[in-house]
Order: sequence, then C-alpha cells, then structure tokens
Amino acid sequence: MTASGSAPTQPRDRRDAAAGGGVAAQLRISRGEFHVDVDLEVPQGQVVALLGPNGAGKTTVLHALAGLLRLTDGSIGLAGRVLDDPAHRRFVPAEQRHVGMVFQDYLLFPHLSALDNVAFGLRARGAGRGAARATATRWLERVGVLEHADSRPRQLSGGQAQRVALARALATEPGLLLLDEPLAALDAATRLEVRADLARHLREFGGSAVLVTHDPLDAMVIADRIIVLEQGRVVQDGLPAEVARAPRTDYVARLVGLNLLRGAGTGPMVALEAGGVLHVADPVDGPVLVAFPPTSVTLHRRHPEGSARNVWQGTIAGLEQHAHTVRAQVAAPGHPAVLADVTPSAVAELDLAVGAPVWLSFKATDTHVYPA
Amino acid sequence: MTSREQRRGSGIPPVLLIPAGLALAFLLLPLVGLLVRTPWADLGTHLTQPAVLEALRLSLVTGVIATAVCLVLGVPLAWVMARAEFPGLRLLRALITLPLVLPPVVGGVALLLLLGRRGLIGQHLDDWFGISLPFTTTAVVIAQAFVAMPFLVIAVEGALRGADRRYEDAAATLGAGRWLTFRRVTLPLVAPGISAGAVLCFARALGEFGATITFAGNFPGVTRTMPLAVYLTLETDPEAAIVLSLVLLLVSVAVLVSLRGRWVSGASS
Repeated sequence: MTASGSAPTQPRDRRDAAAGGGVAAQLRISRGEFHVDVDLEVPQGQVVALLGPNGAGKTTVLHALAGLLRLTDGSIGLAGRVLDDPAHRRFVPAEQRHVGMVFQDYLLFPHLSALDNVAFGLRARGAGRGAARATATRWLERVGVLEHADSRPRQLSGGQAQRVALARALATEPGLLLLDEPLAALDAATRLEVRADLARHLREFGGSAVLVTHDPLDAMVIADRIIVLEQGRVVQDGLPAEVARAPRTDYVARLVGLNLLRGAGTGPMVALEAGGVLHVADPVDGPVLVAFPPTSVTLHRRHPEGSARNVWQGTIAGLEQHAHTVRAQVAAPGHPAVLADVTPSAVAELDLAVGAPVWLSFKATDTHVYPA
Repeated sequence: MTSREQRRGSGIPPVLLIPAGLALAFLLLPLVGLLVRTPWADLGTHLTQPAVLEALRLSLVTGVIATAVCLVLGVPLAWVMARAEFPGLRLLRALITLPLVLPPVVGGVALLLLLGRRGLIGQHLDDWFGISLPFTTTAVVIAQAFVAMPFLVIAVEGALRGADRRYEDAAATLGAGRWLTFRRVTLPLVAPGISAGAVLCFARALGEFGATITFAGNFPGVTRTMPLAVYLTLETDPEAAIVLSLVLLLVSVAVLVSLRGRWVSGASS
C-alpha cells in the first residue's frame, strides 16, 4: 500500500483499448432473474482481475468474452474486431476468436498426454503434427513441466496440471487470455509458487488478460488492475493498491480487512449512516467513506483518556482467532459495528469474552476518508 | 451390536431361499446340460464340418458388418438424442428402443413389408435398380442391425449424457471447430461407452434368429447364420447343434467378461 493523497489514481490509459489491440466490451447478459451489466476495457498488455462474491457474474463475463455464451445486448471488440454484437446480428464463435481460456479445473483432455493437450490448439489452427509438437514442447519447457510431457492429466499434480493448462492456452498466442479461478483448486503451499509463476507468465504475455478470482491476494499479486463485481455490476475499478486502501463496498472492505463506514462529512466531523459521529483528520464535506484498519482500534475496560478522538462504548459481539491476533467484533449501540485486532494476551488481561462491555478508541489520523 | 447382526442374519425367511435356489438352478442347469452333452472328443471334427464352418463364418462376417453399420449410423443418432432439445424427444427415444422389446419375428415381417419385393421401398428398388434384398446376406445384416442398433444407441447416448461438455468448450477456445471437437474430444471421451455398446450390439446381432429367418430366409452359406444352423441341425445332427451352441455360449461369456472390464474402467476414468 502506498501512502499517497486522496486523489484517486487512474489505471493505465484505458481509452481506445480495443483499437490498440485490447478489449472493449459492453456486456449485457440476462438469464432469467440474473442480469449482468458490465463495461470492460482492457488495454493490450494489461492484466485485470475480476473480483467478486459467488454469483456476482464473474464467470458469465468470462464465458461471454470467450464466446461460450451470447450477449443479450451490447458488444465485444478485440483488437478492432467485433466479436459479438446482437444488435447487428454478429457473433464470432469461440473457435474463431483467438481468445484463450484457462478453466477452473483446467479441463485437460484426459485421453491426451500433456504434450498433445498443448499441441491440440496448434493442430486445430492448422499446424502440422511435427511443428505443433515442437512448439508445445517449448511451451511445456517454458512453464517448467517438460519432464511430464508424456504424462496423462490424471498423473499430474494440481500445480503441474495448472501449468499445462496455462501452456495450452498460451500456445495458440491468443489476443486475450481468460483465467477462471486458476489457483482455486491448489493447496496453500503449491498456490504460493504457482501464483508467482502465473504472475510472471502473464507479464511476459503480450495480450490482454482477464482473471477471475475471489481471493484478494491473487488479485493483488497478479493483476495490474482490479474490477470488483457484485450482482452483475461493477462496484469498484482501480489499481490494486487503491482498492486495498479505499474499498467502496462492505464486500471489498471485508476482503482487504478494513473497517468501512459511510457518512456525510461536515468539516472534521462525519455523521455516520449507522449512527454516531466520527472525528477525522482532514476536513471533508458531502457523502464520504471512512476506512481504517482493525489494528488501529484499541479496546479498554474503562473509559480511556487520551488523544484518540473517537471513543465509543459497546460490547464484544464476537471473537475470532486469526494467525497471531484475535479479531473482536464490537457492537456499539448508536454506532456501526467495528472490528478490532488485539493480541491474545490483551484478550486475557482485559478478560474479553462475548458480551463483555468494552470501550473502543481509534485516532482520527488513522482513518482514511474519501468521497463516496 | 451383535444382537442386531444376528437378527439380520436370521432375518431371511427360509421360505424365500427355496425359490431363490430353484431360480439359480433354473438359470444354470440348462448350461450345465449343454456342457455335459458336448461331444468333447469329436469337437474338432464337428467344428471343421463344412456346414458348421460356413455358418460360423457367415455369422461372424454379418455380425461384424451389422455392428459397423450400427456404429456409423447409431453414434450420430445417439449424439442427436443426447444433445438436441426438441419436442417429442421422449417419444422418439421410446420409438428407437422399440426394437429392444419387439418380438424379432415381428421386426422381420416389418422389414419384409418395407424392403420386400412388394414392399414400400423394396418395389422401387426392384423396379429401378433391379435390387432385391430379401433372402440375401445383405438382408441378414439389415435384420441384425435392426434389432441390435438400439443397444448401441442407448449405451452411447448414456455415455454422451454423462460426459462433461465443458471439454468441448475448452476445445472451442483452442480453435477446434465442431467436427474436429467431435472427433478429437467427444468421441475419445465416450469411447468406453461406444465399445460397450458395440460389444452388446455384436452379441445381439450374433444371436439374431427371428427377424433373420423371416426377412432373410434360411439358405446355407447365404443367410443360414449360427442360430439358424443350431435350430435346423438339432433335428438332423444334434451333436453339431450342440457344438454350435457351445461356440455361441463361449462368445456370450467373452462378451460378458469384456463388458465387465469396460464398465469398471469406464467408471474409474
């Protein structure tokens, strides 16, 4: 996280993304009660992470871009070529799009060796058997699984299968690469390594990439830009550092581990929507969001006397053990609920338990206030 | 819970054990009878009789051709039934499986009425091309394919429905058109189902009797397949009939064993 001012940082230039080789799409998809309405522009070379809860429409967006699903309305352009435009009855099927995809469970063809899986797309696009295998071999070497070239998919570990799937998608040199939860099926240890390698391969890949994930860490490490979807709509779009510092919805705030409060600012005071008044460091006016980390919240058994401007009384509503800290949820009547991170020894000394009365305090200077 | 175990152990009413044993004996004793009466010493002589060899060769050739016909026509039909959505699909499936339950002799009559010299299509074949199908080896293949195709279609349709269609999506994103995807992805994925269907189909074709004798008749070397030969030689040369029956029994056992293997490997993949 960078400590910059409150001016929102713009992602890389997004104008004329499609003309420069990138993707420009207005995605309108209706399936019964479910609607997706997403405008997406990804310049060539940019890696975008689509982050969102289950059912937000992330995979639907990917399938529409891949051509596995038709738009209800809107259009998709890739490198100046119209791929889908229902109004003009234009639809380029998946096999003619040059859009690569890495599926969540990889979908490596079980009857083909790793090498033939990678060669499949090259063969389908007209390469001769020898040439396809030679190129596939280079790709397997590049992703580091050459020694498993002759293995069937069921003989591969999760990490190896993920690499083969990535090589298979990249070998056809797509203009756009789509990745649907590419790390979700991996265990924690493998994930760390595969995530770093994936980030490197995506940086080397020259085209646009859209990655679907619900893991904020994947998005932060791999992507140049994060787009958050909720219920089929974009709720936040920005650089990873910006999303991590200034979440715009409760879902994003939870993901990045911040307290997020809404209110209306008048000078150094913010009247909170959920009740109460908050002291902030920089004077603000109008509807604002206030974010502050749970680590900056202090808990007390008695009314504290100190420099912290924000002091509320409440009770412990929940305690949750994290890696080395305990996250306490404090319900303060007349105020929004707030998360506080404390050490286990503090829990013991203050005799914190669910239902225990506490005072919480946090400094105005620890809050980050930005326009709603 | 030993008491419950004991109660369950003694829970089978003895009155059921008797018919169960009878059923087992009823199913197995005829086969034992066949094996007991088999002239093992003269087996080679009987097997090399021209009439036996002729029937054996005809059955194998027609059975293989009928299976090939069923594969070429039945796999696409199974694909359409597994993938297409249209009104009347259930009715279509019922009609396709009708030959499974239809008495084969009725199938033979129906084929005769369609393809016979005075049949709906057969009269034109005769008038325009001078082709007469009944009582030819082709008729044997047609009769066998007619009764055996449903076995293949049902097996392949089930395999296609069970196959993960997202593999086809993956193939499409790699640039494979529908035909290439069908050949290189879909067919290999359902290969266990296709081979199981083909084996069932071949077994049914090999055992075909009613439709064959009705539509193709009984001419040695032309339409007299093994089941027909068994039936006819039973009067004149019972030992030859027994030997032919033994061959058919062995083929059936081989089919059963191969199917079991396929189903096990199909379930694990």
